[in-house]
Amino acid sequence: MNFETVIGLEVHVELKTESKMFSPSPAHFGAEPNTNTNVIDWGYPGVLPVVNKRAIEFGMGAALALNCEITQETKFDRKNYFYPDNPKAYQISQFDRPLGTSGFIEIEVEGQLKNIRVERVHLEEDAGKNMHGETGFSYVDLNRQGTPLIEIVSEADMRSPEEAYAYLETVKQIIQYTGVSDVKMEEGSMRCDANISIRPIGQEEFGTKTELKNLNSFNNVRKGIAYEMQRQEKILLAGGEIQQETRRYDDTTGQTVLMRVKEGSSDYRYFPEPDIPPLSISDEWVEKVRTSIPEMPKERQIRYSQEFGIPVYDAEVLTATKEFSDFFEETVEKGADPKQASNWLMGEVSGYLNSEHVELHDTNLTPTNLADMILLIEDGTISSKIAKKVFRELIINGGNAKELIHEKGWVQLSDPAKLLPIISTILDNNPQSIEDFKNGRDRAIGFLVGQVMKQTHGQANPGVVNKLLNQELIKR
Amino acid sequence: MNLFDYTLEELHRMLVNKEITAETLMEKTFLRIEETEEQIGAFLTLTKDKALEKARAIDKQGIDPTNVLSGIPIGIKDNIITEGVRTTAASKMLEDFIPVYNATVMEKVEAAGMIPVGKMNMDEFAMGGSTENSAFQITRNPWNLNKVPGGSSGGSAATVAAGQVPVSLGSDTGGSIREPAAFTGLVGMKPTYGRVSRYGLIAFGSSFDQIGPFTKTVKDNALVLNAISGQDKKDSTSYAEENVDFTEMLEKGVKGMRIGVPKEYMVEEGTEEGVLKAVKEAIDTFKKMGAIVEEVSLPHSKYGIPAYYIIASSEASSNLQRFDGVRYGFRTENARTLEELYVNTRSEGFGMEVKRRIMLGTFSLSAGFYDAHFKKAAQARTLIRRDFDKVFQEYDLILGPTTTTTAFDIGGKIEDPLAMYLSDILTVPVNLAGVPSISIPCGFSNELPVGMQLIGKHFDEKTIYQAAYAFEQATDFHKKQPTFEGGVK
Repeated sequence: MNFETVIGLEVHVELKTESKMFSPSPAHFGAEPNTNTNVIDWGYPGVLPVVNKRAIEFGMGAALALNCEITQETKFDRKNYFYPDNPKAYQISQFDRPLGTSGFIEIEVEGQLKNIRVERVHLEEDAGKNMHGETGFSYVDLNRQGTPLIEIVSEADMRSPEEAYAYLETVKQIIQYTGVSDVKMEEGSMRCDANISIRPIGQEEFGTKTELKNLNSFNNVRKGIAYEMQRQEKILLAGGEIQQETRRYDDTTGQTVLMRVKEGSSDYRYFPEPDIPPLSISDEWVEKVRTSIPEMPKERQIRYSQEFGIPVYDAEVLTATKEFSDFFEETVEKGADPKQASNWLMGEVSGYLNSEHVELHDTNLTPTNLADMILLIEDGTISSKIAKKVFRELIINGGNAKELIHEKGWVQLSDPAKLLPIISTILDNNPQSIEDFKNGRDRAIGFLVGQVMKQTHGQANPGVVNKLLNQELIKR
Repeated sequence: MNLFDYTLEELHRMLVNKEITAETLMEKTFLRIEETEEQIGAFLTLTKDKALEKARAIDKQGIDPTNVLSGIPIGIKDNIITEGVRTTAASKMLEDFIPVYNATVMEKVEAAGMIPVGKMNMDEFAMGGSTENSAFQITRNPWNLNKVPGGSSGGSAATVAAGQVPVSLGSDTGGSIREPAAFTGLVGMKPTYGRVSRYGLIAFGSSFDQIGPFTKTVKDNALVLNAISGQDKKDSTSYAEENVDFTEMLEKGVKGMRIGVPKEYMVEEGTEEGVLKAVKEAIDTFKKMGAIVEEVSLPHSKYGIPAYYIIASSEASSNLQRFDGVRYGFRTENARTLEELYVNTRSEGFGMEVKRRIMLGTFSLSAGFYDAHFKKAAQARTLIRRDFDKVFQEYDLILGPTTTTTAFDIGGKIEDPLAMYLSDILTVPVNLAGVPSISIPCGFSNELPVGMQLIGKHFDEKTIYQAAYAFEQATDFHKKQPTFEGGVK
């Protein structure tokens, strides 16, 4: 029997607002435990939540970028459960009136395009973190408590681990373009749970699903789903039944492990949050947010190929992140030839970032100095060989390309008056090469060019040297 | 000098004229407290040193002649968070809890120059109508020491009635200001939901809770509400209207005012005869003063008690989850696992009534019961709100008894939760609708005070005070004083 896999994903994304969802504490990472907290985050008696308007705006931006409809009459609800990292013992979330509904995104797997529907996007607050000490004590850090989150719930539209992977990448890319989150799985600002079931091909009804947690990288999502698919298939082929359960992906074994069996759905006793009046979002507000959303990667790719004649694959690479794409556009704006800018970004720049494991903003390269450098190559002021040295200098130490080459004496030597004496000396010292040249051996000229380059520390303009050499050789 | 005898304005005049200093006023206050507290039991915590220190500071500054509240002692219900002063909500759960911040009302009390003298006893987490649910002590009614002072703000009521302090703050979720005000012959205002910031009020029923003042007179009450009301950025449910003067209309009288008396509030069956009689006489007084008083109907009032107990308990079940022994307050010593920490902390820390309501609320919100309970109750709430809206299309105020009986015996209802719940029958519809309501003294029945409710439109406390003041000027019930009789001295 052949099976089809049915996958739905729940993605949590932390919004990078200055302050928390319902309290004025800073919503930043990396502080000492419990320093970015106040009485509201502690769930202290008597405190009340006040909605961070910016978080609503960010959530709306994300929902709109995922092609959702905005629920303009929206509200918050309480989700009740006890856990030490949940200080009020309820999480303020959205239940029956999520901020966004009925969205979709387009994914691409092996050249095939497919739409994946987004069921809902809702706002909620993040929990704190429990830490277990060595002395038998557990500790709670509430710094993360109250950080604004959106939960993006897909429909069960994916049919393979690859589609799930592509969906995640696309969601990440879209959210990242909106600028509302860092969407970094390794830092926890993007998290993913997967619901997986399988059914015999042709069957309409869904099979029993399992929920997969602890998927802390895109690759683990793919691997975890693939494992779960096989596990379920084995059970069904052996005549067994799938249990509705929550499973954890174990990175070290590559397997999924049972966490808990679900008996019905958990009872979170949702009810309307009485401390926050229902929210009415005006048409104007929705439009204001809609117009503030930047151009999405797909649109940019089309523009790059139409306006700049950049190949589709290159356009995809350039738009992989908003930072990269913005950098490219600014470099072009500063006067660089789009194809040259693209070549440099995809070649030297990417190579450097990969080898150093850094991102563009970690380096000293700017669109201005990259563009200047490209213009200097174009007008022959520097050779492409020297350019690589200039580039390394710019990306590591920064500075102005023009000043740099003058300071370092890297300007290309193209003046025949300066090159001719050098060439004459080299010809005097290499009679064998002249002989070889006359005998029709082309290699000789290459050798002589090399000698000139060596003599000039690589600064001689190879084109000019070639021309002058030919001219002088004929004279001999 | 006995504080019974003076209104806030009179005290203020004496302070301004230097007939008395703030310090002396405070000393007298504590003298009175020390004399009477053994009989009354109104306070859970006294802050004498702080209070005297503040009084001296005010004397040093000089009394502000434009601020009638400067130097006035005030009692604070113990579910209002006070920075550095133990705040227990009369629960073992918070027995040693000293908060690190102030409720917004406390900042307003402070800004008005009023001086808190201590924290008042109450039913645990404001759940109850007799103050017998306090984990620490009972409070007695100064009119008869064998009677309850009402609840849940029983300490706040008893302290003013006993002349210990001229004013106190209580909170009202289903009648917790008005019922004790009625039982102790005081003026008690439950402002419109949203009028006073709830930030720093330990939450019980978040969509009902309101803080309000207890005073001897209507004008005193309006003056205190002036000081504690206003929009608060920390409370999204607070109302945006600044610098309201609730005393503005006091002298305007009730001539031509249209007052509706719901027939559902004037039922002989279940209402004490003396209560009904006093209210009927009050109606006559209003008529004599020129008000038009007519019978109206609030047909959905009968759903008030079940709707209220479902919604308020549901909210409470969620609000009280934070008392889990993890971060502050009581923590069980009998726990080896997280589950045991939760279960035992809450089993040992909460009293019976609180547990009962947590169970009721949890049940009402549970999957499979939500629609039949919480949702239904929310629908009933809408109907009740519409009842009020409809009457207020034609009438300025609604009048009725505050309670069906006068103060009952200590121990009289505590074993019968349903009877206790039913004593809120006339007060809870007001909280369900969110409208403001005052209880003022309107007579006596069996030598115990009877309270009358005047209910107003949303954010129209001014009209309530206007009518209440006219009634007060026409009668002398507020001048009567309790005798501390009936109990053991």
